[in-house]
Amino acid sequence: MKDIKSILATDCGSTTTKAILIEKKGEEYRLITRGEAPTTVESPFDDVTVGVLNAIREVEELSGKTIIDYETNKIITGLRGDHAGVDLYLSTSSAGGGLQMTVAGVVKAMSTESAQRAALGAGAIIIDIIAVDDGRKEFEKVQVIRELRPDMILMSGGTDGGTVKHLVELAEMIVSADPKPRLGQNTVIPVIYAGNKDARESVKEILKDKVDLRIVDNLRPTLERENLDPAREAIHELFLEHVMQQAPGYSKLSDWVSEDIMSTPNAVGKIIQTVAKDMGINVLAADIGGATTDVFSVFNGIYNRTVSANYGMSYSICNVLAEAGVESIMRWVPFELDETSLRNTLRNKMIRPTTIPQTVKDLRIEQAVAREALELSFEHHKTLARSLKGVQSVRSIGEVIDQKETGQTLVDMMNLDMIIGSGGVLSHAPRRIESAYMMLDAYQPEGVTVLAVDSIFMMPQLGVLSVVHPEAAAQVFERDCLIRLGTCIAPVGHGRDGEVCGTISFNGTEYKMIYGTIQTIPLSENEIATVTVRPSRKFDVGRGKGREISVPMQGGVDGLIIDCRGRPLILPSNHKQRIAKLKEWHKALGLEVE
Amino acid sequence: MMGSAYTPGLTISKAAIIKKRRRLPLKGEVLVNEGDEVSSITVVARAEIPGVLYNIKVSEILGLEPDEVPGALIVSQGDNIEAGQVVAKSSSLFGLIKSECKSPYSGIFEIFSPITGHLGLRLKSTPVEVKAYINGKVVEVMPDEGVVIETYASFIQGIFGVGGEKTGRLEVVVSSPSEMLDESLINENHKDCVLVGGSKVNAKALKKACEIGVKGIVVGAIYDSELIEYLGHDIGVAITGQENIETTLILTEGFGKLDMADRTFNLLKSLNGRKVSINGATQIRAGVIRPEIVAPLDIQPDKTQLDVKGQVLEIGTPIRIIREPYFGELASVSKLPSDPIEIESGAVVRVLEAELKDGTKVTIPRANVETISS
Repeated sequence: MKDIKSILATDCGSTTTKAILIEKKGEEYRLITRGEAPTTVESPFDDVTVGVLNAIREVEELSGKTIIDYETNKIITGLRGDHAGVDLYLSTSSAGGGLQMTVAGVVKAMSTESAQRAALGAGAIIIDIIAVDDGRKEFEKVQVIRELRPDMILMSGGTDGGTVKHLVELAEMIVSADPKPRLGQNTVIPVIYAGNKDARESVKEILKDKVDLRIVDNLRPTLERENLDPAREAIHELFLEHVMQQAPGYSKLSDWVSEDIMSTPNAVGKIIQTVAKDMGINVLAADIGGATTDVFSVFNGIYNRTVSANYGMSYSICNVLAEAGVESIMRWVPFELDETSLRNTLRNKMIRPTTIPQTVKDLRIEQAVAREALELSFEHHKTLARSLKGVQSVRSIGEVIDQKETGQTLVDMMNLDMIIGSGGVLSHAPRRIESAYMMLDAYQPEGVTVLAVDSIFMMPQLGVLSVVHPEAAAQVFERDCLIRLGTCIAPVGHGRDGEVCGTISFNGTEYKMIYGTIQTIPLSENEIATVTVRPSRKFDVGRGKGREISVPMQGGVDGLIIDCRGRPLILPSNHKQRIAKLKEWHKALGLEVE
Repeated sequence: MMGSAYTPGLTISKAAIIKKRRRLPLKGEVLVNEGDEVSSITVVARAEIPGVLYNIKVSEILGLEPDEVPGALIVSQGDNIEAGQVVAKSSSLFGLIKSECKSPYSGIFEIFSPITGHLGLRLKSTPVEVKAYINGKVVEVMPDEGVVIETYASFIQGIFGVGGEKTGRLEVVVSSPSEMLDESLINENHKDCVLVGGSKVNAKALKKACEIGVKGIVVGAIYDSELIEYLGHDIGVAITGQENIETTLILTEGFGKLDMADRTFNLLKSLNGRKVSINGATQIRAGVIRPEIVAPLDIQPDKTQLDVKGQVLEIGTPIRIIREPYFGELASVSKLPSDPIEIESGAVVRVLEAELKDGTKVTIPRANVETISS
């Protein structure tokens, strides 16, 4: 891999195909340029490679390099001098609706939940969750399997040596539904069996000849152990074999790439895990798109990913409204707005999803929705990122049985080191502080947390690159992808407005922390200062109430952000007071209100 | 920055060749041949959706172990079973207590599971039919799957709709594109019609239309709250068409109170009294589907008159602004600066200068306009 000098990577999204060119300059890898073009999996093109070539053509124009062999219409892999060809060509894809799966299990809170984690971690969108105890009648489940037409089904349940009968019933239900895969009229649906090993033969007997059956190790072999990797690998293999082969133009694209195509969220998960591992930190990342919001987290080395399929900023914007409610969105709007106007504004965004806010007022409304979409998807993430994770759990069986009480979320805001935001509303906010502000309201980080955004959404390409060339991926991620907004200091606790809740000192200056306020203190991206935070006795910044911390903090485009609005954040219940407070905070961050 | 960062606009066409793919949800039988003339109600393809497999839990019902069930069965695999028919019997206490297991449904005995002791009964299939939807000619047969129907028609796309495919006589019930369609304009004579309104429709009018049996309403806009009142539920994601409503609704402009574009209104007015096919189905995502009004013409296509698609954005191009602060206004492009500039929100984007109807010149992000044919 040392000889790799030039890398091209594309991400085929559902609407846009993005290409990036990375080259080795001296001893380091840097992003040279990027290009984009509309994705072409739909008619009249019906061929994803058309969009890929268009995006690469833009890269060619901007870099002055020849990458496409116009005689064969293929990518030139293998450098031809300094100005032609690339050493590596990689691609990710979520076009054509991504990977859509149904997961089935015996007990909803046990095996089925583990199956969800396996599927989500492999980059899937879960379109239905079937459990023997999910409360629906059998024929209702059969009907749903039929109607939804997933790309594949993951079947789990029973610890090794446990129930066989329920798994046989699940298999019979799949036969009864006789589901057809979403893509490819004449293909059989892939089913991955990752349940009780003692039921394998019986399940095989029922499903053979009817589905494309893959049997892998039980993803929940014992109550206190999860083993998700074999199921995830099978999902990835079937994604390549079935979904990718059926999507228009993908067999051609598969021939072009130097390594297997990876699903976009799977790739983002890889880079997040790499960052967490290399830096030894806990990371939370969100990618908020037009239709969906993906949330990734690594806490104490344990990776989780969830996708909230219907929380987004255009196509699903009205679902955020429906789920969060008008009041929840309005609470973030820093001016008077009537419900009818809000509803009509969001509906018009839904039906014309490519439009952008022209006025500040319109921008604030979209950012209010973004806060709710981020918060809702984060709540969803917390419910699934629970303590029974990975290969070996240290918890006792007694704790496992009582999952509702003991399966606590792994998300620990006080021990979270970095939040990375991605997606149009965060990456392309007109002012960087707006992205930080949205993430602060939605996630309410506690103690000391670095806030960052993905500059141009290249985490998918860097994710696939991290598997092939970790060094190049890490260098580009740090230097060109990640924009550090700043380090946030947020004391946990409540006080009276105007009360001094502590002090911050660095570089010889002391700043007072005033309760009920938010402020920024300049500290550039390249500066690292040892900052001493002394909270008053009612407040905690990480070591307990009233206990001082002194840690090196890196600056960012917004410097240090001192959020003393209280944790948890409680907005005034009085309408006028709330608007006044929001206006005050906007002003403190240098933002116009309307 | 993408080369075409503007919405191409919806098709509003006086005359176009329209092709409609009519496909079964699963393989079945195509009932028409290539070249056949069909009407909107002609059934062009039919299929049988196999019934679900219903499990009769014989072992639990008779209190037997799964391996005892085969001895109790009095039917065999492949048998036709009627609802109420006894499928298994057992006796205990030296024959004193006799139990029976009856089938609650009719179907075919397809499978027996020795592990669970359950009998799998395949219930009767459900027929599914696909109609032509538009008057036209079958130009392609996809064996076992469906057909493609072609017609020469006026064709109008809306921006959003609810409700499925309907056909009816088109009737314009307002005098101008700015007039609101309220309940007073709808009467018994409008049964089976597709009504055209102006700027807005309200929930009362929609409910009255449903009661009378109006097939569809085409109008500029609606308040979101009135749409929810009409449907009885909120719409989360933009996938519609499956609503179980009598009157399909098609919006040509959006949400709020927005005058229908003159060009759309005038074309619809010219179709007054004609039979039209409409569909409210909308899907705003990759593979976008917009609601539509198709009015087949009685004449043969004149290839030279066909509307040409693919408008480009250049000085003089007529546009409509599709976002605040000038939402709904018609204008023409007066300048096309190539470099991105900072707009009021603070974003740096590609813009155009637009001349509004009253001569005012305003700067608009290119993403916030759609082109309209002159």
